[in-house]
Amino acid sequence: MTTATASHDEHDDHGHHGPAKGIMRWVLTTNHKDIGTMYLWFSFTMLFVGGAMALIVRTELFQPGMQLIEPEFYNQMTTMHGLIMVFGAIMPAFVGLANWMVPLMIGAPDMALPRMNNWSFWILPFAFGMLLFTLFTDAGAPNFGWTFYAPLSTTYAPSSVTYFIFGVHMMGISSIMGAINIIVTILNLRAPGMTLMKMPLFVWTWFITAYLLVAVMPVLAGLVTMMLMDIHFGTSFFDAAGGGDPVLFQHVFWFFGHPEVYIMILPAFGIVSQIIPTFARKPLFGYASMVYATSSIAFLSFIVWGHHMFTVGMPLQAELFFMYATMLIAIPTGVKVFNWVTTMFRGSMTFETPMLFALAFVVLFTFGGFSGLMLAIAPADFQYHDTYFVVAHFHYVLVPGALFGIIAGVYYWLPKWTGHYYNEKLGQFHFWMSFIGVNVTFFPMHFIGLAGMPRRIPDYALQFADFNAIASVGAFIFGFSQLIFLFLLIKTIRGGEKATDQVWEGAEGLEWTVASPAPYHTFAEPPHVK
Amino acid sequence: MFSRTWQRLSSVVLGLFLAPAAIADWELNMTQGVTEVSQSIYELHMLIFWICVWIGAAVFGVMFYSIFKHRKSKGAVSSQFHESLGLEILWTAIPAIILIAMAVPATTTLIEMYDTTNSDVDIKITGHQWKWQYDYLGEDVGFFSSLSTSKDEIYDRKEKGENYLLEVDKHLVVPTGQKLRFLITSNDVIHAWWMPAIAVKKDAIPGYINESWAKIPEGEEGIYRGQCAELCGIQHGFMPIVLEAVTSEEYQIWLDGQRAGVEAEAAAALGDFTFDELMTEGAEVYARSCAGCHGSEGQGIANVFPALAGSSMALNDMAGHIDIVINGKPGTSMQSFTAQLNDVEIAAVITYERNAWGNDTGETVTPQMIIDAKK
Repeated sequence: MTTATASHDEHDDHGHHGPAKGIMRWVLTTNHKDIGTMYLWFSFTMLFVGGAMALIVRTELFQPGMQLIEPEFYNQMTTMHGLIMVFGAIMPAFVGLANWMVPLMIGAPDMALPRMNNWSFWILPFAFGMLLFTLFTDAGAPNFGWTFYAPLSTTYAPSSVTYFIFGVHMMGISSIMGAINIIVTILNLRAPGMTLMKMPLFVWTWFITAYLLVAVMPVLAGLVTMMLMDIHFGTSFFDAAGGGDPVLFQHVFWFFGHPEVYIMILPAFGIVSQIIPTFARKPLFGYASMVYATSSIAFLSFIVWGHHMFTVGMPLQAELFFMYATMLIAIPTGVKVFNWVTTMFRGSMTFETPMLFALAFVVLFTFGGFSGLMLAIAPADFQYHDTYFVVAHFHYVLVPGALFGIIAGVYYWLPKWTGHYYNEKLGQFHFWMSFIGVNVTFFPMHFIGLAGMPRRIPDYALQFADFNAIASVGAFIFGFSQLIFLFLLIKTIRGGEKATDQVWEGAEGLEWTVASPAPYHTFAEPPHVK
Repeated sequence: MFSRTWQRLSSVVLGLFLAPAAIADWELNMTQGVTEVSQSIYELHMLIFWICVWIGAAVFGVMFYSIFKHRKSKGAVSSQFHESLGLEILWTAIPAIILIAMAVPATTTLIEMYDTTNSDVDIKITGHQWKWQYDYLGEDVGFFSSLSTSKDEIYDRKEKGENYLLEVDKHLVVPTGQKLRFLITSNDVIHAWWMPAIAVKKDAIPGYINESWAKIPEGEEGIYRGQCAELCGIQHGFMPIVLEAVTSEEYQIWLDGQRAGVEAEAAAALGDFTFDELMTEGAEVYARSCAGCHGSEGQGIANVFPALAGSSMALNDMAGHIDIVINGKPGTSMQSFTAQLNDVEIAAVITYERNAWGNDTGETVTPQMIIDAKK
């Protein structure tokens, strides 16, 4: 790799190593920063696509009765919203942040496997192109929910399910390759002196996440392959009439699915663990315990899948096991929250936009954690399961959780990427609109869920009407607030106050030692970490 | 529609600021239900809720104290402490103890919920796309129960009734004071039978029979409503459950009435029906059992459910038409209607489908033809 010999100081002597011109720069690039940028823009696009679908859903649910769309299309919208947000928005955004920041944080010149990196990204537009094009086919898009339980997704599925299966395979290949790349980079390309226990927490959380991805994405691939066999090749994995087992589907799905939800939150833990110490001007409290807590959460994520299936009729012993294991997760998660709060305690805090999003993350993610703890109580879950209480729970951990984590990270590192400070007033306006919008949308869902509204229904009984109307108003506030973010990003890329290399007064770490904007090639000479 | 939207919006906004009394009749919390089990679940729910509230108050209390006191603009200088093994152990141990305290009552309740032995009444519940079938085991009574809310209400052409989307043609009637055991399964995809008032929610899975139970105390007679809780296709939101709890005496009278009704229906099938009688009956059956998929005007749903208006089967193939209604089409949502419609109803609905919406074949399908086709 010839680029490894060029440091940013010598950049002018090696002009041909700078970015190529035109569209081919992006098609052929092996540069971690370019690929990171593409991942981030891709996921931002998907956020708007999935968000538009959510707004269609919320418009239909604004009042009882069917007004805007038919139940068939409603099911396609909820399904596609879930798939696009999980696989198209949240996951690629984290991979984009990892691509940009992991090499900068560990003092590596690039990702370890740069060509594979290019391929990992470029698979994605095709995977989602294929998934989205089903919307325009005669059969319509997948309509069986993002959890695609068999036999609704096999024997009873629309013919577009085959495109869905192929799309999931491609996303899986992309994720696995991305994860392998991150593992190899972290294990091999750390600067001298950067021992594992000196790695920034964002690197640590991604390292653990990458192992989760490598472990469970093949399980998902196996699952959709079994579906493919059932649909086209006459097998009966999930068809009871042929001796198969529909519950097997759920066991396999959630063996993938539970680690998957931690894949979507652990990197956000890492981002928040970078931001809070910076703006509290105080080292992260309990670094080692944070690493151990994250590892514990990752381990436990493999043995709690049954809590998604409390009502399928598992034996009592299995119910008890999954209940206890799930309750245990509260302990390491609590440790993380306590550590963040103690980091703030007796700090010297300021409240720039990344810090605001990080603080909202701590509070609102913890709300999601509390409702998660309630859902873990198996007897109570018989009343919560498949209601809007669950919808409220996972949106609290995914929107003000994962998504706020990502947004916080973008604000935090944006000056390093673009060389400009963003407009702080506009950033804070974006924060407050998002904060209000997200709570107005999702908080009332706790109430309608407890009062008995099942999820995934296009129309509802009259007693749920008022809270649904509020939630729909909130959704539009939240959705349109993200246009502020888009405007701010474009504005910051095009100009703005020049950022210093340090960017933030309290920031520490290798990424702040390189110039702002970060040169195309960094750390050709490895830095020494004391 | 616009003004109603505004009305709702303004009432919502007002409700946020005004009178807690207005909020009081909004349901905010889980139902306590009417059984001992549902009461225990409600208590578990409130216990874990208050635990969360207190932990939240403590943690966010410290956090907001720091945010207000330890901010740079107030001249706070940061300390550099960043480790304390004692604290880490403390805040691992305390949650662990709370969780163990929580697990004990949860386990007790769960064991109680799983004890389906010694039941007095056994009811088999079968989920179908998109209705429920109830069979009273050993009583020779069984029927289908489907949504009775009209399409006009759903599509805003008519004022919505009080129990909009939570009303069915036939109630599941059960006695109070007796232990009811539900055996829950499915005929096609996975559904979930959920009745919040008795805290029973169990998935209805093809190839499985799940068990659950409830005992509604005497004095709690009444009508309780629930819904399917597992996404089961297009009409998932439209397959409610209505349970009617009556005294043991009323229950026996109801059972006898059901048996007598079945005999009367069988006798009626041998009688004569005019074309007009069958068309009238057929229109009702169609609206209840067929219109959900094939559309209220026989138009179907493009590429999902075939249209009946102008279809070659409805115009040309009477034998095939009778066969598909009686036997269904395996692997699709077109189910066999033998068990849910009697011979008169099947004859009527086929006659209707062959003569409505411009399908003017002029043909009459008699109940006798259905009896013959079943042989």
